Amino acid sequence: MDKPVNQGAWLLVLPVLLIVAFSAILPLMTVVNYSVQDTFGNNQFFWNGIGWYQELLDPSTDLGGRFFDALWRNLLFSLLILLIEVPLGIAVALSMPRHGWRVAATLVVLALPLLIPWNVVGTIWQIFAREDIGLLGWAVNRLGIPYNYTADPLSAWVTIVAMDVWHWTSLVALLCYAGLRSIPDAFYQAARIDGASRWAIFRNIQLPKMHRVLLIAVLLRFMDSFMIYTEPFVVTGGGPGNSTTFVSIDLVKLALGQFDLGKAAALSIVYNLIILAVCWVFYTVMTRMDAQRN
Amino acid sequence: MLRARIVLTLYILLLMLPIYWLVNMSLKTNTEIVSGLTLWPHNLTFENYRRIFTDPSWYSGYLNSLQYVVLNTVLSIALALPAAYAFSRYRFVGDKHLFFWLLSNRMAPAAVFALPFFNLYSAIGLFDTPLAVALAHCLFNVPLAVWILEGFMSGVPREIDETAYLDGYSFSHFFVKIFTPLVASGIGVTAFFCFMFSWVELLLARTLTSVDAKPIAATMTRTVSASGMDWGLLAAAGVLTILPGALVIWFVRNYIAKGFALGRV
Repeated sequence: MDKPVNQGAWLLVLPVLLIVAFSAILPLMTVVNYSVQDTFGNNQFFWNGIGWYQELLDPSTDLGGRFFDALWRNLLFSLLILLIEVPLGIAVALSMPRHGWRVAATLVVLALPLLIPWNVVGTIWQIFAREDIGLLGWAVNRLGIPYNYTADPLSAWVTIVAMDVWHWTSLVALLCYAGLRSIPDAFYQAARIDGASRWAIFRNIQLPKMHRVLLIAVLLRFMDSFMIYTEPFVVTGGGPGNSTTFVSIDLVKLALGQFDLGKAAALSIVYNLIILAVCWVFYTVMTRMDAQRN
Repeated sequence: MLRARIVLTLYILLLMLPIYWLVNMSLKTNTEIVSGLTLWPHNLTFENYRRIFTDPSWYSGYLNSLQYVVLNTVLSIALALPAAYAFSRYRFVGDKHLFFWLLSNRMAPAAVFALPFFNLYSAIGLFDTPLAVALAHCLFNVPLAVWILEGFMSGVPREIDETAYLDGYSFSHFFVKIFTPLVASGIGVTAFFCFMFSWVELLLARTLTSVDAKPIAATMTRTVSASGMDWGLLAAAGVLTILPGALVIWFVRNYIAKGFALGRV
């Protein structure tokens, strides 16, 4: 893999660079600008230095407490859905047919939830989980388990986690399936001749092939669940109380609801830095894995 | 393999159940919906769909959404093609950092950008146009397109480029006439993912529009009125947003597997 050095390649990258700079750097500069100022309306701004950041990162203040609560809640949510979606996704991928017309049919059905607009995913679950008109809510209540996602925080959490599992497990499954497809049939035949157990085949043949795609799946699922907004917003609106208010929901409340620009901007910057850091760790691990493989 | 089949069937059943419920609701009258739980519509009605197709404020939402989604898909691919070629064929100063920076934008939370985008697009007079949403969605779709296309292009042997240059093709001629057709399936997969991520996004689309370019997803919030929720209408609108996605998957079903096989989504 020795690619020739050619600085002229920059010209080819330039259009992408310009558009992404326009939509990423320009807005971020506005955000940085807001984050160090305070305003009393009338478009008058005052220098506030790192004041908002200090307040944000200090859990004893109102803003800081709110931020850390949302952050822990969000991390718990990401952890929960990863713990469910990754094993379930692997299980589904292992069960998928390897040949024949059923492959295309299964792929289409599995991909369906991924193409539903996020607010409609919210709507589907809002209806499906309601105790009066929703099949799920009605059935659970019939079983004698009190369940009402608009009033009870635990029910709200169960609903949102179930919704995310329903929505995104397919992505994990499809990625794993792609990894599995690269295993030649000869491997399985050899394993059968050796009398390898189901577990041994999984551990020694299938899992290693899924390593890279699993890493990508975990990265994508972590990132997307860490910035989740629309689906829980439609279902619970962040409630009951603040029990399902994640970082993005809190941020939009601050920025577009209360127009607390300085606080929202400081929160945006910290939020972005966390994501950038996590992203960088994954990227380094991934490129290192690729380098080892080559 | 029996156990595998059971696992898969169960999973697909669970996937379909909430969608079935939405379709079920969309075919009921509101009186039937609120008067008690019924597993299938007893008074089958298409009234909810008729209202959407005859009311311009409803169906224009679909047209607006399709407009910016198509615009965004075309833009993303057109911009990403040369860049992906550069990344797959050459090394240049800062290429790795640039690639990482691009990818990190795919992960940037939309909530961070909502307010600055609102200011930015208002300032340049694009607010409430499909172009504004299409440009805003480039934030995550262009990096994604570069990533997927780079994977496909790296699969095309470099000898082809070299032969073409020896035969006297100019770069642009070679790129349009020879190279682009070679990565056609990659472009198909990329188009699919750009379409998908632009179609499902709501936060930016809603923030950047008010009346004229309002996406269908935002129109759906209208069903909340003083007299309570119009569940039937909401469900029908939901079902109609699933259809374009389902159609697109059906057309690209054979490419998706390939795209996933590259491990790049």
